[in-house]
Amino acid sequence: MLRLIARRLALGVLVALTVMTLAFLLTRLSGDLAVSIAGPSATQADVEIVRKAYGLDRPLYVQFFAWVGRAMVGDFGQSYFFKDSVANLIQKRLPITLTLGLVGLSLALMISLPLGILAALRENTWIDRSVTMFTMVGQAIPSFWLALILMIVLGLQLGVLPISGTGTWQHFVMPGIVLAFTAIPALTRLTRSGMIEAMASDYIRTARAKGLSRARIIFKHALRNAAIPVVSIAAVQLGFMLGGSIVIETVFALHGVGYLGWESIAKNDFPVVQAVVLVLAVFYIGLTLLADILNALLDPRLRTG
Amino acid sequence: MSEPIAIQAPQPSSIATSRIGTAGFAIGIAIVAIVLFAALFGNALVPADPFTQDLGNRLKPPFWMEGTQAGHLLGTDQLGRDYLARLVYGARISLLIGIMTVITSGLIGITLGVLGGFFGGRVDDFVLFAITTRLSIPVVLVALAVVGLMGSGLGLVVATLGLLLWDRFAVVARATTMQVRNNDYVSAAWCAGASMPHILIKEILPNIASHLAVVATLEMALAILLEAALSFLGLGVPPPLPSWGLMIAEGKDYMFFSPWVIMIPGVALFILVLGINLVGDGLRNLLGAERLR
Repeated sequence: MLRLIARRLALGVLVALTVMTLAFLLTRLSGDLAVSIAGPSATQADVEIVRKAYGLDRPLYVQFFAWVGRAMVGDFGQSYFFKDSVANLIQKRLPITLTLGLVGLSLALMISLPLGILAALRENTWIDRSVTMFTMVGQAIPSFWLALILMIVLGLQLGVLPISGTGTWQHFVMPGIVLAFTAIPALTRLTRSGMIEAMASDYIRTARAKGLSRARIIFKHALRNAAIPVVSIAAVQLGFMLGGSIVIETVFALHGVGYLGWESIAKNDFPVVQAVVLVLAVFYIGLTLLADILNALLDPRLRTG
Repeated sequence: MSEPIAIQAPQPSSIATSRIGTAGFAIGIAIVAIVLFAALFGNALVPADPFTQDLGNRLKPPFWMEGTQAGHLLGTDQLGRDYLARLVYGARISLLIGIMTVITSGLIGITLGVLGGFFGGRVDDFVLFAITTRLSIPVVLVALAVVGLMGSGLGLVVATLGLLLWDRFAVVARATTMQVRNNDYVSAAWCAGASMPHILIKEILPNIASHLAVVATLEMALAILLEAALSFLGLGVPPPLPSWGLMIAEGKDYMFFSPWVIMIPGVALFILVLGINLVGDGLRNLLGAERLR
């Protein structure tokens, strides 16, 4: 078990370092950063001042290692646009994105777990087919469009929820619903197939043969095994949701990390872009690590891996 | 493996054999065919030009509403451009992005996956590492950043999405290659003195191609949705090209009074993606490859 965790941890660190390199190279794609920071009306002299001030006159590898070295201790430098430290900015915005992610995941689980289990227990009936159709439809709805529809219906016509902004808990309801919708199809399908597989296994036959009640078989035996892929995909989905919340946060003007990323891309604020990419990646890496450990705890067969 | 194969063979999903499953597949193919037809010949069938502005005729409603204007079946947008003409042109953009992205990402993903699955060992370690790294990169943010820093354009969107969406191709190609690499026909090819590229391309690839076709539909749907999202955020296909995502973005300011300006391109996007997914689902059921996600 410890060996498994140590190995996965080492892999995670290596992946994080690779992502750091890619994030650094990504922000250098535009060519000369000093020119884009100084703006279109800047003179050559202004550009040179900016280049010096931001340390962009140093060789690329020096800039890279300086950034990595400071990022290790949580110092991501200064934002060019917000005139604040990047770490501060992210710290302020992160709770909003995490709240949105958790609201979205909870809603998604509340809908997809019962649907998936129901579809599996009624395999190949009209219920199963309706659930499959529902997941297909859910997969095809563009999230930003669903957001606009909800704004029109819930925000304008019914007037029950605020259309955009960050202030209160009501501001998280619509974005939460939209974010949940992005995860429901995958979670439902996985719950369904995991449950079908579990119900067809030998230990369920044994449990049936012992004369256990149907409820006990479903909830005690089948569900525990069906939960293994769901737990891991739920953690992974949360990672995807945090990364994907950028579109939803932007539509609803919810001031989370995703919105921060979008703002800083628009403003050429590359230290913030780098840091947001890295932070979202680290969350994903952490969540997949957590998923692997949870899996090993739930399924002893995986512990030696 | 001398297992009793007849018992172990995957059951063809009974949804596929049911009328509903077949109907879904047929509907999917019909949708994709119609959109493809619109993309190829639409500008010949729709008389209006998608770029001509007519500020005297702004935001005219579509035919089923009051106050509609003859000659503009789906109304006009905020600049008086014919909405049907723009919608039809948008189909071309969506399909082009979808197909080009799948070709790019397929080349990358399948190459990596087949090499990893076939050679195993160090090669496979590297491929797995590449997949893990790719999965941890937030796609939308990085795509936005690339387009934001390098300037928007159709080619750049395709290149960016192609470089980002190869993960599922690699995962499936790797897993299926592992399954077939020890089959008799591969050993036979070895014995016949076939070269490594010959075995990979002529023996392995055709035998995993059906699984990859399913992945291709999934990735195409995803690429179309992502392009729409990027264009919606203003960092995708540049105006005045009528990408469906861009049409929704441009209509956003008028959606409370003229909801149809976002409904029409949104429904078009939804139907196309649903159609592609139905085709993918039908293919998967035909293959009995239920376990591929």
